[in-house]
Amino acid sequence: MPAPARHHTLSVLVENKAGVLMRVAGLFARRGFNIYSLAVAPTDDERFSRITIVLDVESAPLEQVTKQLFKLIPVVKISELDPSSAVERELMLATIKAEPAARGQVIELVNVFEGTIVDVGHDEITVMLAGRPDKLDDFEDLMRTYEIVELQRTGRVALPKLERQAPRLRSVKGA
Amino acid sequence: MKLTGAQALIKSLEMQEVEVLFGLPGGAILPVYDPIIDSPIRHILVRHEQGAGHMAEGYAQVTGRPGVAMVTSGPAATNIVTPLCNAYMDSTPIVVITGQVASTAIGTDAFQECDTTGITMPVTKHNWLITDAQDIPRVVKEAFHVATTGRPGPVLVDLPKDVANAPMDWYWPDIVDLPGYKPTTRGHPRMIREAARLIGESHRPVIYAGGGILKAHAAEALRELVDMTGIPVVTTLMARGAFPDSHELCLGMPGMHGNYTAVTSMQKCDLLIALGSRFDDRVTGKVSAFAPDAKIIHVDIDPAELNKVKRPDVPIVGDCRLVIEEINKAIRDQGGTEAQPDRSAWIDQLRTWQKQYPLHYEQPETGNTLKPQFALERLRDNAPDDTILVAGVGQHQMWSSQYWRFEEPYTWVNSGGLGTMGFAVPAAVGAKVGQPGKTVWAVDGDGCFQMTAQELVTAATERIPIKVAILNNAYLGMVRQWQELFYEERYSEVYLSPHLPDYKMWAEAMGCEGMRVESPEEVDAAIDKANGIDDRPVVIDFRVDYREKVYPMVPAGGSNDDIILDPSQGEGGR
Repeated sequence: MPAPARHHTLSVLVENKAGVLMRVAGLFARRGFNIYSLAVAPTDDERFSRITIVLDVESAPLEQVTKQLFKLIPVVKISELDPSSAVERELMLATIKAEPAARGQVIELVNVFEGTIVDVGHDEITVMLAGRPDKLDDFEDLMRTYEIVELQRTGRVALPKLERQAPRLRSVKGA
Repeated sequence: MKLTGAQALIKSLEMQEVEVLFGLPGGAILPVYDPIIDSPIRHILVRHEQGAGHMAEGYAQVTGRPGVAMVTSGPAATNIVTPLCNAYMDSTPIVVITGQVASTAIGTDAFQECDTTGITMPVTKHNWLITDAQDIPRVVKEAFHVATTGRPGPVLVDLPKDVANAPMDWYWPDIVDLPGYKPTTRGHPRMIREAARLIGESHRPVIYAGGGILKAHAAEALRELVDMTGIPVVTTLMARGAFPDSHELCLGMPGMHGNYTAVTSMQKCDLLIALGSRFDDRVTGKVSAFAPDAKIIHVDIDPAELNKVKRPDVPIVGDCRLVIEEINKAIRDQGGTEAQPDRSAWIDQLRTWQKQYPLHYEQPETGNTLKPQFALERLRDNAPDDTILVAGVGQHQMWSSQYWRFEEPYTWVNSGGLGTMGFAVPAAVGAKVGQPGKTVWAVDGDGCFQMTAQELVTAATERIPIKVAILNNAYLGMVRQWQELFYEERYSEVYLSPHLPDYKMWAEAMGCEGMRVESPEEVDAAIDKANGIDDRPVVIDFRVDYREKVYPMVPAGGSNDDIILDPSQGEGGR
């Protein structure tokens, strides 16, 4: 799956309640907005979860998407993360055909991409790779030579980039 | 104080000052029906759950208070989906309470189980599945808060039977805590000044008043704006009554079946002031050809409506009443009436159109042909001043909106966005319950009437004396009109029969007064008789001319410039 040429990432803070994901996903479906990927997990505050949605912006104007999303009662906050001003990461697990003759090459590539081998079988290995989505795309591409048996990506998670400026003095509480 | 979940629910409704419930009991909601016997809340037993929902809507539309309906699980919940969707489209605040199978049985395909919150998610502003009896007061308070604030809308509370039976410690929450729900009500001051400035510079402005005026109780503020600026007003289907039809600057209804002047004023204006309206396709026609020369001020409490269809030059998110009041203040600050430009040429132009292209139909002076518009006009002229008019959906609805004279807010109830046939009878019942002192006339089509007429049994039983005028043309008239105009008169499945059912006998069987009117000279007597009956519902079967069509008409997808007038009026303004 190559990354879409034009995508937007929405980081949506929602109340951590039953059915919230269905509300968000249902809204996208009925308004005809296409989701490219979606990741959801609780935040450090257990009352809230964060849903990271990568959106195909060709399918709908971003403004309408965010406004409609914001109308959902459990949606607390929406941040638009422009790819150029966000840190995006994704996790991939892939089982690759790696018969003894090819295994060395596969392992070498895994090392180049700073992946980890998490499981080894007689003629297959399972690799874990975390990184920028385009790096995962490249890896996926290279692995096709060796035959991908199964592959699962998490969809991306993202946070805004920190502003690069001189460190400020911060008060340290409870130190 | 220990209560059961069921008792807590009813007590919570009492705390919300609910005076009436429209509903029908069944298995899963049984526990909640028991404490109703001891509650001061009136319960109206409907004959079909769809009726309960529409009654709640009718009640809400004429009182401004949320209507409440209560039904059981499964088929009852699915039967009330249509009213929920209808209320969602028309932003009507209703609270629907559904029973659900015991929480232990959820997900097992139990008897009368359905995923009510799942099914209704797309047609409610929000819904709740209660899993702990202790949550009931909090959820009820949240439900009413969400339904009635911001852009109003329907909400649903699903209550499993075991939760209704479970004990809880009674409390009533002081506040609503919904971190993700904070509607903006105050308009942005800079945008408000900008709006006032654009108004002051416009030579051909028109106010496009929508249902939001009524929702926000902004009719007075609107009146003040118009009286100060002299800007003419169109009132959409959802806003009929928001500005008095008798006012010299009221142009009436725009849109697909709007009158020529209202439609064309929007096409030719240089400033469109959209107040609580949403640029519905039935108003704009082809969007790219809509109001081509106009700058747009758009006021709406729902930010998603701004720039959804047309990009406004001045977008203002806020409560219509508060925003219009602020705009009025800004206009006064910028010089008030004296500072407004001379718009006499524009007003003269509008007057010319009004004279040239009025609404038009021809009632033959002799013979038995009865035109539906004639029946409506007689009804209008003989109805008490503060009569509430309720309509179903179709030709009769358009004629009602066109020919009635709405002078007061909250005197017009109809299904605008969803176009729900069968809306009129139950909505009229709800309206009459909400405003028992006012005459409530439902104008219905024969097709519509057959969909929900059973609620007249409810009305007769509960002594809710509504009046129903069926404009019986023996056709699904609006569909017939489209087939005549756009399908080469190939009439496919639209004929209903004038005699079957016999509406008079049917009305009588349901405990109503039934009448039939077959010629123009019988019209007044029947209406007089109906207006004189106040102890039971009345149904008049008006046998009207099936050939009559609703004009003017903008063909679907066409430009408003291509408005078609009544054939006797020629080619219109083109």
